[in-house]
Amino acid sequence: MFDLDRWDEIFETIRKNKLRTFLTGLSVASGIFILVVLLGIGEGMRNGISREFEEDASNLIYVWPGVTSKEYKGLNPGRRIQMKNEDYNQILLLYGDKLDKTAATFQNWGMVLNYGKESGSYDVRGTFPAYQVLESISLTAGRFLDLNDLNNSEKNMVIGHRIKLDLFKDEDPIGKIVQVSGVNFKVVGVYTDKGGEREETRAVIPMTTAQRAFGGSNNVDRLYLTLDPEEDFDKAVAASTQFSAELDEFLKSRHTVAPDDNSAIHINNSLENAKRFYTLMDMIKYFFWGVGICTIIAGVVGVSNIMLIIVKERTREIGVRKALGAQPLSIIGMILHESIFVTAIAGFLGLIFSLTLLEFIGPMIETQYIYNPTVNFTVAINTVVILVIAGAIAGFFPAWRAARIKPIIALRDE
Amino acid sequence: MGANSLHVLKGINFSVAEGELLSIMGSSGSGKSTLLNILGMLDEADEGSYVLDGVPIKNLSEKQAAKYRNKFLGFIFQSFNLIGYKSALDNVALPLYYQGLSRGERIDRAMSYLEKVGLANWAGHLPNELSGGQKQRVAIARALASDPKVLLADEPTGALDTKTSYEVMDLIQEINDEGRTILVVTHEHDIAQMTKRIVNLKDGLIIEDTVVSQVRAMENV
Repeated sequence: MFDLDRWDEIFETIRKNKLRTFLTGLSVASGIFILVVLLGIGEGMRNGISREFEEDASNLIYVWPGVTSKEYKGLNPGRRIQMKNEDYNQILLLYGDKLDKTAATFQNWGMVLNYGKESGSYDVRGTFPAYQVLESISLTAGRFLDLNDLNNSEKNMVIGHRIKLDLFKDEDPIGKIVQVSGVNFKVVGVYTDKGGEREETRAVIPMTTAQRAFGGSNNVDRLYLTLDPEEDFDKAVAASTQFSAELDEFLKSRHTVAPDDNSAIHINNSLENAKRFYTLMDMIKYFFWGVGICTIIAGVVGVSNIMLIIVKERTREIGVRKALGAQPLSIIGMILHESIFVTAIAGFLGLIFSLTLLEFIGPMIETQYIYNPTVNFTVAINTVVILVIAGAIAGFFPAWRAARIKPIIALRDE
Repeated sequence: MGANSLHVLKGINFSVAEGELLSIMGSSGSGKSTLLNILGMLDEADEGSYVLDGVPIKNLSEKQAAKYRNKFLGFIFQSFNLIGYKSALDNVALPLYYQGLSRGERIDRAMSYLEKVGLANWAGHLPNELSGGQKQRVAIARALASDPKVLLADEPTGALDTKTSYEVMDLIQEINDEGRTILVVTHEHDIAQMTKRIVNLKDGLIIEDTVVSQVRAMENV
């Protein structure tokens, strides 16, 4: 490998066969290029998905009731399930030690909000202070609801940024009074939500106030729950999957729903979804690796093919070398060395080119599902190892054939 | 290669002493090339023995054959067989590369052999920049480079005109004068007459083995 004369020989043959070497290298370089870009996109998709999950608390369990679809214990299907405060309280009683943050909501869709001459139709939600964390919303002005608001059924309101824009324009909304169905509410805060504008067309008021003011008696529409954190992702997924199942069973038995009726109680487990997505991403990654490796194999076959032609072209030369005392091993070394060298250099160029592309074009990609595509160092090292192995494989058969050339046949005058 | 084997040589018995200049003659198909290939360890005889400088040449591995070829033999071919992308100097240095000599030493030695064949000024030229006679002289320098026991020349003048042929033969005679053993395969009588002994082959047998009075090539130029 460190034989200077061998290098000399290789550079000489490459210099004499520029086009051939270039074409050979091109197939390998494009193989590596495709592999690295695919892996970069795979990583970008993973980043994109991760970002999607940032919207809500990442271990959120979200419960909403539906309509029964099965007859059970004498009750007809088609029955709408309505949760009550008691459901929420029972859950806190039963699972309180496992739960981290909890909130319930009582929702009123299409309520008309009036401020001065401006008005609009928005959702008004009654909820608890923990809602802020569970929905991952951040305040741009004022404060969120607190326990005092809840305990005293204060007519305070936190509005989404969209509502602020619609009703208040440039005015500061904090402390202003908004009318909802004739009830006056004081705006105490404005929030934004990474989930998008639709999530910002909501107004949030204390649960107790909502139930009293809008005829909710003790109805509950949604539950937001998170579990205490676990050491690692897999444990967290296992715990939350188990909890979801228990919760499902508990709510079904409370509301006399058939255990296999999946339309009556819906439980959305973010962690489970995340895991499903991550598994999918892993599958995509393996698929990309597969595609990339196949491309490299195509490149290797190309190199091998060209090296075979080279050997054929150089039959006479190899014969002469053998007559002059070249040992089979030195012939194998010569061909193998050239093949590895060409593959490695071409591969490196492909690698550098693709990394540059990812580096400069990557940050410009701003779609929902691809974010900051990159390839890490380990992957780059792996591809380099693959390259050297590929070069060795590509060169081996031609080298073997070259070593078996009989000088007597090679030197025969045509 | 085929299923039918063909016996080309049918019993050849001769020995060559050190310092001889010998020509092997015969029409095509007489077996002279096969004989040369066996002597050159490029081919192996089915039967019989071949002793070179006291070493029996039999059942050689490829590796050993390569070693012996490098150490004992120098080849000169009708079509020169120079490596096209290497300069004259590098061509001459090639056998020394396979002997494992350092680069400096290879260049020194190769240069001295190029001087010997009178082509020192052409050292950096590629073979296709040389005339036929020059190419053959480079080939002779290459054959000499590894300081072999025997030079094997297969129709060394076959691709050259008469004048150039004689110049090449003159060089061969000079080298022989220094005591090196040389075997020349040829079918030209005038070339054969320039050696010291002629072995005539026909249908795989020696029909004549005579010592001749050498004609000096220079006299005919």
